[in-house]
Amino acid sequence: MEVINALVALTNYVIIPATAYGAQLALGALGVTLIYSILRFSNFAHGDTMAFGTAVVILITWGLQAMGITFGPLPTALIALPFGIAVTALMMLGTDRVVYRYYRRIRAQPVVLVMVSVGVMFVMNALTRFLIGVDQINFADGERFIISARTWNQMTGMREPLTLRTTQAITVVTAAITVAALFWFLGRTRTGKSMRAFSDNEDLALLSGIDPDRVVKVTWVLTAALATIAGTLYGLDKSFKAFTYFQIVLPIFASAIVGGIGNPVGAIVGGFIISFSEVGLTYAWKKVAGYLVPAWEPDGLVQLLSTDYKFAVSFVILILVLIFRPTGIFRGKVV
Amino acid sequence: MSYLDASNMTGGYGRADILHGCTLTVERGQIAVIVGPNGAGKSTAMKAVFGMLPLRGGSVMLDGTDITAMSPQDRVKKGMGFVPQVNNVFPTMSVEENLEMGAFIRDDDFHDTMEQVYTLFPILKDKRHQNAGELSGGQRQQVAVGRALMTQPKLLMLDEPTAGVSPIVMDELFDRIIEVARTGISILMVEQNARQALEIADRGYVLVQGTNRYTDTGKALLADPEVRRTFLGG
Repeated sequence: MEVINALVALTNYVIIPATAYGAQLALGALGVTLIYSILRFSNFAHGDTMAFGTAVVILITWGLQAMGITFGPLPTALIALPFGIAVTALMMLGTDRVVYRYYRRIRAQPVVLVMVSVGVMFVMNALTRFLIGVDQINFADGERFIISARTWNQMTGMREPLTLRTTQAITVVTAAITVAALFWFLGRTRTGKSMRAFSDNEDLALLSGIDPDRVVKVTWVLTAALATIAGTLYGLDKSFKAFTYFQIVLPIFASAIVGGIGNPVGAIVGGFIISFSEVGLTYAWKKVAGYLVPAWEPDGLVQLLSTDYKFAVSFVILILVLIFRPTGIFRGKVV
Repeated sequence: MSYLDASNMTGGYGRADILHGCTLTVERGQIAVIVGPNGAGKSTAMKAVFGMLPLRGGSVMLDGTDITAMSPQDRVKKGMGFVPQVNNVFPTMSVEENLEMGAFIRDDDFHDTMEQVYTLFPILKDKRHQNAGELSGGQRQQVAVGRALMTQPKLLMLDEPTAGVSPIVMDELFDRIIEVARTGISILMVEQNARQALEIADRGYVLVQGTNRYTDTGKALLADPEVRRTFLGG
């Protein structure tokens, strides 16, 4: 019984939150990896793209709520999501037209493009704050729990609580659908294959008659969709604050690089590695330890790191991977 | 008039010219081979034919049409196929996807062409779901040639197709190239393995410093004591 209690506590405090967070990181890392493999630079503006997309989704959600439109037990933001993606896609295409296209024309070095993306990041950052403000915003509505502590107790009679929030389930389901759709697109459609060809061998792709401008446009639209979905899921799960989206770039890059940057499967696996490490290392294991080793009464919380240091986890993993295996788990490409 | 008639090509990458009045012609269904010492401008001459090098003088005619000002992509649409020497496949894509990408500019059904490529290179059919980057050097060259054949070119240009493969694989590749020529496709290729390449050549060009030194049938060049002594090592 004690073992089961330990498992329930572990599921409640580590496995469920880390899975949801991992799915959000995976979607973010997919966007970064897509830009890296096709446009060949690390896009530091990705976190703020997520923030911008989420801000638009929130504004549309408020609009819908004001008109009395809701999604029943599901968050209204899911209805707003497609519109948010469309607006963000236009924003990305506009940014490419005004900023990135010039640097492609002059065949700028990847590191120059990285710096350009830092500039875009600051502009996007400011734009989002103008648009929606700097405060924390909760925009999740609808049913709050799928399994609340009370229903869990009634179902099982167990003392140890377990909760599954609607946003956590939505995150995982939406991420699974998005990833499946992305892989189908890249693996089965003519446009998707032409994007992989362009990523593999740009010169040969041009020789084969693949239109580079089209590839670039489709890439930005896909990135906008991935960023908006990732940002909205993260915001629903945790709440929206422009600054946290700026910070989340670090775990996202760590995910993409751990998995092997440029490799979509790697981005997903990397997302979960980072999320489980982060949650696992900052979780106070006292409760679980108490169930498993009743005789042991630790003085502290058995917490390896305070949650304030969670970004250090991504940072250390990032450094270790870059030192010992820079290509990542799935052998991404290193330009 | 020859199917390909590139005459008096002059040009280079920077200020200095690499080609000085170089002339190459290929008849329909024939194999033309460019040989010569290192730095003679062999690959450059082929790139000039394909439009990857700006010409300062001379012209390129394909089937009686002047294509001198056309981009490489437009030349592909006109019936040219080009197999670069290196980086000539999409390594993380399957063999079949490589062939599909070769047919990217085609709007019609290309499955017959794909079957033809598989008939020509049976090994590719066995490996069609494997990634091109995982194949051996010789198989990868077959993918590269197959990719170029997907647009059903009338003129196929090969830049050192046997570079870095074993002698046995080289013989096999040459056999396949002869088969391609028998289907009516003209072939222009640059080769390091001069002796073997000239044996299958209907026409051979010996380039030296960007200009034609000797031009004759492959057999005649092989028999020419001067050519043998200077370029084929005796």
